[in-house]
Amino acid sequence: MLLTTGLCAAVTACTDKANAPRPLAQADAAEGLRLIERHGCAACHAIPGVRWPQGRTGGDLTGVASRPMIAGRLPNQPAVMTALVRDAPALLPGTGMPPMPLTEAEARDVAAYLYTLDDD
Amino acid sequence: MTIETPAVLSGWPPPVLDPAGPFAGPVTTVAWVLFVMGAVVLTLVLIALGVALFGPPKWKRRVAGEKLVWIGGLAFPVVVLTGLLIYGLSVTARVADAPRPGEMRVRVTGEMWWWRVAYLDDQGRELVQDANEVHIPAGRPVVLELESADVIHSVWIPRLGGKTDMIPGRRNFMRLQADAPGVYAGQCAEYCGGPHALMGLVVVAHSPADFAAWRLKQAAPAAVSGLPGAAVFTASGCGACHTIRGTEANGLAGPDLTHVGSRQTLGAGILPNNQGTMAGWIADSQGIKPGNRMPSYSVLNGQELRDVAAYLESLK
Repeated sequence: MLLTTGLCAAVTACTDKANAPRPLAQADAAEGLRLIERHGCAACHAIPGVRWPQGRTGGDLTGVASRPMIAGRLPNQPAVMTALVRDAPALLPGTGMPPMPLTEAEARDVAAYLYTLDDD
Repeated sequence: MTIETPAVLSGWPPPVLDPAGPFAGPVTTVAWVLFVMGAVVLTLVLIALGVALFGPPKWKRRVAGEKLVWIGGLAFPVVVLTGLLIYGLSVTARVADAPRPGEMRVRVTGEMWWWRVAYLDDQGRELVQDANEVHIPAGRPVVLELESADVIHSVWIPRLGGKTDMIPGRRNFMRLQADAPGVYAGQCAEYCGGPHALMGLVVVAHSPADFAAWRLKQAAPAAVSGLPGAAVFTASGCGACHTIRGTEANGLAGPDLTHVGSRQTLGAGILPNNQGTMAGWIADSQGIKPGNRMPSYSVLNGQELRDVAAYLESLK
């Protein structure tokens, strides 16, 4: 009984941790979507919220917030995501994703929008 | 919240009935005259119909008379439609005149599914080529000479003028003028197959000084960059279809890329222009604009794709 309770608590704790919102202070997800739109990120990525295009060159970003890793290489953490959307080659040598003309603040907004893309 | 990517273009979808120059103004007026007259005539017909169905017998008899048919069914339409025809033709005649000496001339050729643009001298000789974008000085009329390389297309830049067809074997003229500098969106307005809906055009109106500077820059060949992407561009055979003036790339089938990095859009008015969209377009142009004449380049690795995108973006 105790064991079951402990297991439940552990599982719940893990679940809670996995679903913890990734805090991005002062970032604006709605502005992030506008930036995604203005820079045409959807030319390579399918992005929920952008109807057209739905690019196939890069990864589908549906549910990206729930994934443990980015591109199978990097931990899915706010600082990593913010750096990646601005300058992917610095983190992923050999990637086909070019650096994007975003400021640090803009990159945070874009990351904030991507973290609204849960599976559910 | 869901928004459309072509919103990256200022004024996309192109606003209609919002003229920004003297050649769009009369077209807008004609449109409003037609709307209003159509509404008035429809109202009169509906009133007559109502009377005929539900009116008192005395009124019904009047509507049933032969006189009303002669007046309302023949005389009125003949007079009104003749007047409208003369009015409409007088407006389009001014818009579609052949170029007069001293007027700036630009040849725009519709191709499936993009626009070949050539700036011409007074004799109609080609000075410099570009694609998918027409640059004009603000405050001055410019004559577009419209041709087609394949099927019928139609140029429509709603804020600057009416629609004019591009017909194979013919040359149609269309005057544009933007009263103020700005970016004006256009669209192919005649179904031309496949990705017709993704055949956009951009008109950039500059102040006279900016236009002179743009023209000089446009006439210059591409700067020698030494970027690694130049070699990838050559090795991948891109030069078979595309010209980059100042390099060995001299293909004529696709858009001239000499200054592609300075354009507002990629893929003929459909994507914003940066290294990311350039890479996406090169890797999967068929996914973005299915059926267009450029193959997707799935033979490049990530580094090569980024290099060639960086090189093309450097061609300002």
